[in-house]
Amino acid sequence: MSKIKEKFAELERKNQKALISYIMVGFPDERATISTVRGLVKGGADIIELGFPFSDPLADGPVIQNASTISLEKGTRINKFFTLVKKIRKETDIPIVLMTYTNILYHKGYSKFIRDAKKAGIDGFILPDMSIEESKEYIKAAKNNTDTIFLISPNTTKKRIEKISKISTGFLYLVAVFGTTGVKTGIKNYTLKAIREVKKQTKGKIPIGVGFGVSTSEDVKKYISAGADAVIVGSAYLKLIEKTPQDKLESRIASFTKSLKKHTILKQ
Amino acid sequence: MKYPKNGRFGEFGGKYIPETLVPAIEELEKNYLKFKNDKNFKKELDYYLRVYAGRPTPLYYAKNLSEKLGGSKIYLKREDLLHGGAHKINNTLGQALLAKKMNKKRIIAETGAGQHGVATAMACAALGMKAEVYMGYKDTIRQKLNVFRMDLLGAKVHPVKSGSKTLKDAINEAIRDWITNVETTYYLLGSAVGPHPYPVMVRDFQSIIGQEIKIQMKKINNKVPDSVIACVGGGSNAIGTFYPLVNTNAEIIGVEAAGHGLKSKLHSATLSAGSKGVLHGMMTYLLQDEEGQITETHSISAGLDYPGVGPEHSYYKDTKRIKYHSATDVEVIDAFLMLTRTEGIIPALESAHAIAEAVKVARKGKKSESIVVTLSGRGDKDVEEVQNYLNKNVKD
Ligand SMILES: Cc1ncc(COP(=O)(O)O)c(C=O)c1O
Repeated sequence: MSKIKEKFAELERKNQKALISYIMVGFPDERATISTVRGLVKGGADIIELGFPFSDPLADGPVIQNASTISLEKGTRINKFFTLVKKIRKETDIPIVLMTYTNILYHKGYSKFIRDAKKAGIDGFILPDMSIEESKEYIKAAKNNTDTIFLISPNTTKKRIEKISKISTGFLYLVAVFGTTGVKTGIKNYTLKAIREVKKQTKGKIPIGVGFGVSTSEDVKKYISAGADAVIVGSAYLKLIEKTPQDKLESRIASFTKSLKKHTILKQ
Repeated sequence: MKYPKNGRFGEFGGKYIPETLVPAIEELEKNYLKFKNDKNFKKELDYYLRVYAGRPTPLYYAKNLSEKLGGSKIYLKREDLLHGGAHKINNTLGQALLAKKMNKKRIIAETGAGQHGVATAMACAALGMKAEVYMGYKDTIRQKLNVFRMDLLGAKVHPVKSGSKTLKDAINEAIRDWITNVETTYYLLGSAVGPHPYPVMVRDFQSIIGQEIKIQMKKINNKVPDSVIACVGGGSNAIGTFYPLVNTNAEIIGVEAAGHGLKSKLHSATLSAGSKGVLHGMMTYLLQDEEGQITETHSISAGLDYPGVGPEHSYYKDTKRIKYHSATDVEVIDAFLMLTRTEGIIPALESAHAIAEAVKVARKGKKSESIVVTLSGRGDKDVEEVQNYLNKNVKD
């Protein structure tokens, strides 16, 4: 069983939902990434999603775009990144998902990249520009290695959800809003409706994680009560990292994480 | 490759897109397939192309230039005479009409040199739709005449300050807008790039260039041209020129921007110097570093300043049906001046890349041979840029 799957099983036993925390590696530098990860673990995050920067992040809003640019300028490279993951792995065995764009994997070769990532300690991938139609090689390379987490959107047809939920492993990522990451539009009825419908359709066969624009305790509470199995918070973390001095980073990340995590713990 | 059913030209193309765009892309493909053979749609488009845009465009024998070079005969396919001043209107009229049939009220587009933005603004004004155009900040400065034109035509221009602030970033931003407003908005992509079905649709709308060349050369010479040359940015004027001729024995040459030279890194010669990758929804040749990060490009012409290329060109490169050469900024300025002075035609800097190649081919060619060059646009927009270049290089 994959580490992500195990995590969801464990949370179910504890009557909890998952908090997935996203950060961009190397933003604003590697030291900050290490401190942030410590804060996330301390604060009770269930899964960590590490963003690896791409020059052209077309599904991302201004906050993650800016973080990608800075990370690349600071010299984030693939091998350095894997070394960093190995370092993190010495401290924690929390499931780690890598979010980046297709070209980063394609260019190295899906098999090679996934093998190296797995060796470093990556448990799954999220590629926002990988559609199921183009995913054959990618899926093949990831099989029995890492989870392949696919995205669906509020406008995805039932027929496609059926297909996507069959090839997605770990969880299914429901994009909350029409838009890029981090753009705050408030909680929309169409999102709550999408969560309920997807849950009904997938019948608990795969956990549903909701992300894009999820930034406050209030958002977490609403999405969890609509039936989400996980919430993914990203840009809000990056904004916090941006304004926090290095020596306070670990503790502030931990307390923000705690404030989100508590809304994923269901009453007995 | 008539219609790539799975969206692939050989291994190239596909649709690498965020899931939010899938319904929009499916709706687009369904409607494109329905309307492309619809009698009324074709009639209406033909009407606008003739009476509004000015088709067919002439095929002009550049006698002075040919005689000066002393080799083959050079013919210019005068897309520069179209309304708006470039081939772009062939595509924008087609897609804007399609958007109208699909009941889309809001049109977005990206633009590099501003020619596609202007052509979008014109088509939208003519058909009663609203246009918003994303343009790299760097391009809004070096092509500011076109920013004013779009403004006057009633389009809203959004300068893009992310990344390299050129065409690729304008496309990123247009895609982000499309993801956000997917239910109301039609994305009118300006070159033969992007996810399927854009590359094939844009190629089809631009193929009128090559179809007319075939007919016109038959009248003049009773055969197809010996060589056909066009410049390649994303590759729309080139694929429109080439596609109707790929099954003939004409030699076909696409010309990319070599900027300061292929070894300098300051160029945009994707097919000549790139490697395979995935960007803007397609698998194609790209300019990227050893880790798959897209690299910054350079060209004196904003319209060729792009690190990708249409997937059908990648296919023809690998099958070797089409040759892809390149021209440096210096060669381009020479060609620009030569055409201007010998024929009284000021070409767009993009098109001057094709002229530069034609000069080389003509010099080596026989007098009995004919070369057709697509003059994709006129150079009014570039006059200031050329003047700056000449001032700087005279001083240096
Ligand atoms: C006059 C002209 N020619 C060529 C191009 C390059 O585009 P494509 O390669 O799609 O024809 C442009 C783009 O802006 C242009 O304005």
